[in-house]
Amino acid sequence: MIQTDSRELATAETATKPYAGNPIRRVLDAIGVQNISLIIALVLLCAIIGSQNSNFFLISNVKTIGTTVAIVGILAVVQTVVMLLGGLDISVGSAAGLTSVISAMVFMSAKSAALGIAVALVVGVAVGLLNGIVIVYGRVNAVIATLATYAGLRGLANLISNGRAQGYTGTDSTFTFLARGSLGGIPILVWVLIIIALAVHLMLRYTDIGRNIFAIGGNPTAARLAGINLNRYVVGCYVLVGLVAAVAGVLLTARTGSGQPTSGSQGLELQSITAAALGGVALQGGKGGISGTVLAVILLGVLQNGLTILGVNSFWQDIAQGALLIVAVVIQQRRRGVRAYGLPR
Amino acid sequence: MQLTGAGAQVTAPRLRAETISKAFSGVQALSEVSLDVRAGEVLALMGENGAGKSTLLRVLSGDHQPDSGRLILDGAAVSFATPAEAHRAGLRVIQQEPEIVPHVSVAENVYLGELPRRGRVVNKRALFAQVRTDLERYGFAQALDPATLGADLSPAQRQMVEILRALASPVRVIAFDEPTSSLADHEVAALFDLIRRLRDDGVAIIYVSHRMPEIFTIADRVAVLRDGRFVGERSIAVTDTDELVRMMVGRDLSEIFVRTPRSTVDAGEGDVPVLELRELETDDVHGINLRVRAGEVVGIGGLMGAGRSELAHAVVGDLPIRSGYVAVSGKQLRLRSPADALRAGIGFAPEERKAQALLLRRSIRDNISLAILARLSRARIVRRGEERDIARNFVRQLSIRTPSIEQEVGNLSGGNQQKVVLARWLARRPKVLILDEPTRGVDVGAKAEIYSIINQLAEEGMALLVISSELPELLGLSDRVLVMQEGRITGELSRGEATEEGVLALAMADDLSTTGESA
Repeated sequence: MIQTDSRELATAETATKPYAGNPIRRVLDAIGVQNISLIIALVLLCAIIGSQNSNFFLISNVKTIGTTVAIVGILAVVQTVVMLLGGLDISVGSAAGLTSVISAMVFMSAKSAALGIAVALVVGVAVGLLNGIVIVYGRVNAVIATLATYAGLRGLANLISNGRAQGYTGTDSTFTFLARGSLGGIPILVWVLIIIALAVHLMLRYTDIGRNIFAIGGNPTAARLAGINLNRYVVGCYVLVGLVAAVAGVLLTARTGSGQPTSGSQGLELQSITAAALGGVALQGGKGGISGTVLAVILLGVLQNGLTILGVNSFWQDIAQGALLIVAVVIQQRRRGVRAYGLPR
Repeated sequence: MQLTGAGAQVTAPRLRAETISKAFSGVQALSEVSLDVRAGEVLALMGENGAGKSTLLRVLSGDHQPDSGRLILDGAAVSFATPAEAHRAGLRVIQQEPEIVPHVSVAENVYLGELPRRGRVVNKRALFAQVRTDLERYGFAQALDPATLGADLSPAQRQMVEILRALASPVRVIAFDEPTSSLADHEVAALFDLIRRLRDDGVAIIYVSHRMPEIFTIADRVAVLRDGRFVGERSIAVTDTDELVRMMVGRDLSEIFVRTPRSTVDAGEGDVPVLELRELETDDVHGINLRVRAGEVVGIGGLMGAGRSELAHAVVGDLPIRSGYVAVSGKQLRLRSPADALRAGIGFAPEERKAQALLLRRSIRDNISLAILARLSRARIVRRGEERDIARNFVRQLSIRTPSIEQEVGNLSGGNQQKVVLARWLARRPKVLILDEPTRGVDVGAKAEIYSIINQLAEEGMALLVISSELPELLGLSDRVLVMQEGRITGELSRGEATEEGVLALAMADDLSTTGESA
């Protein structure tokens, strides 16, 4: 329809950089700078740890790393989704603790693993719904809203469990299968991570839902004016996080053999946020992906495992993790070209 | 050049701007503007929206550095890297919407950054005493309590705080950027008293305004800018409104408009308009009635702040409607969100394309397909091949200059970004398309292309509502022009009868009789 007879413009060309047709360059572009740096860091880290202690490369140790990162991994995956949306969920650890206790308590009273798991998942969805509704309809900042549920859910978990581990699931076939079973040589815990990560990855990458999540995080005004229902997406994403937090709670119960109100779930929020930030998810939303997050989860798992193998005090591991989060975000801000005055946003 | 005006004396200019040029990403905002202002005179600076007035003030205030040209203050060349340097030199610009810290008092706002202290402790008593003296001296004592919190100030009081800030240190040149746009009549009178007092004290004053009666009340001389160029200056005694309006708009309508006016004669009441607004009331606009028929381009003119963008946001469900209604093809809509408007067939390309329309860090493809993702998806999976075809197609049709559809939109020039926004709506094919300032910040070549796209859409039967502050554009594109002022439609002009003077007269039809002494 529109003719291209219009005059040529000198100004238009200046803004775009020429694109080299170099195939290696194109492959690297497809993987992304962020992921390449993570892979390099991972290789270096493995080399350093492996040179200090050759047990690091044993299959059994690799499996250990896999099972340790599975729970934080699935949380990091869904944390990535809310962060892409421009939000944050600090309550994931508490929600996992609460659902862990509930799954064990329901299992003990009903003598049914399936019922225990089902109730835990329903509670997880309810927690997500609460977060989403408070954020959307209460017009509360996501950090504050989930900070409140972070405290509240932890309290609730301690209240119903009297602050003690609940029940014993170590003899139940379903729970032991989740904790120690394996399929094709790969632990079930790792399968859960693979399935959830892959499902979320495909959703983000190939569906209109994923596109809209990126759009909302990138420019909420533009997304709204393009007819996207922001409220539905925000609530939906927090429900997804709640559901996956419940899965994490169930896995926690399975691994430890009992429902744990705080132990094992404390700190999962920090770890999941660190992984997502390290994986290149912009704190402002709209940028990032699951592959980066998963790589970062593995990196963090290897680091933790390595430090343990090398006999480093576990308190140092917390310090290392805090430092890593700051480094990751500082690098991110630098690359975004944030001007160095005023308050960070 | 001749001198008139109460306080003017035959001396060297206090401030001289020499051949100032400034461009923003290829758009020439100022080209070789030269201007004098003398001590003890009020120089009015006039021009249409986008004529370069604000840019010139930003250069004076040190916000922007000119690409070429220089400023001469009392005979010495000066250059300001930051607003602070301009302040120190005695050059102040009173912003239209001053930055006020909401949770501290007027007194602290005035002396922000220079609070009187005893050691590290703020000396509140000295501070308040100082501010009271200032208020007394400039005649604001009745109007402003130094203890009021910033958040509680009226627009007029905010202006006063800004003026007090400016006068807290010795000032040689003071510029007001449309200071009366948010003031009530008696506040305008008080402001004029202050301006006269400053003038009589020998301060050089630059006064930017759209309002003709004000200019004739307060100014000694008038300088006119148009398209970033200095058009001319007149002594207030020898000019009149007509001449000034001609200077502001007087240009040949360029040949860049290709609009074929809608030929169909108004088919009368039986012809159902595609878009109809009836007695629409929102917080910002009042009693709006308008209809846009298929194939028609209706323009909305008016000054900034007249409520045009707010009207557009209400029509697309982005701002609440208090009463009245919006109808599409005769069907009344219940609008709760832009999604509702879109379902009914109303598309909207907002004014701030970077802030409101584009995903700057996503690709051209992502941006074009944003409003049609549901349509492009089967079982929620976006059909990428088709998406790419659509994006490529529009990149070609609209001649968007880019190496690839995967290019990040943030890397494109303004004109190409705007074309991406248009492509999004062309892909969606709404019945009604509302365009708010469709060519702002776009170079002339891209403008012509955007005009031809708009023309094409109208010919294909789309109903278009175009908001524009550029009069040639408004007149060149529109079949009818509606003019808004202060939230109301003040007049309608058909394509035949619409002139730039006519639109400006309706946009500025200002009742300033209570303060206006002449004109």
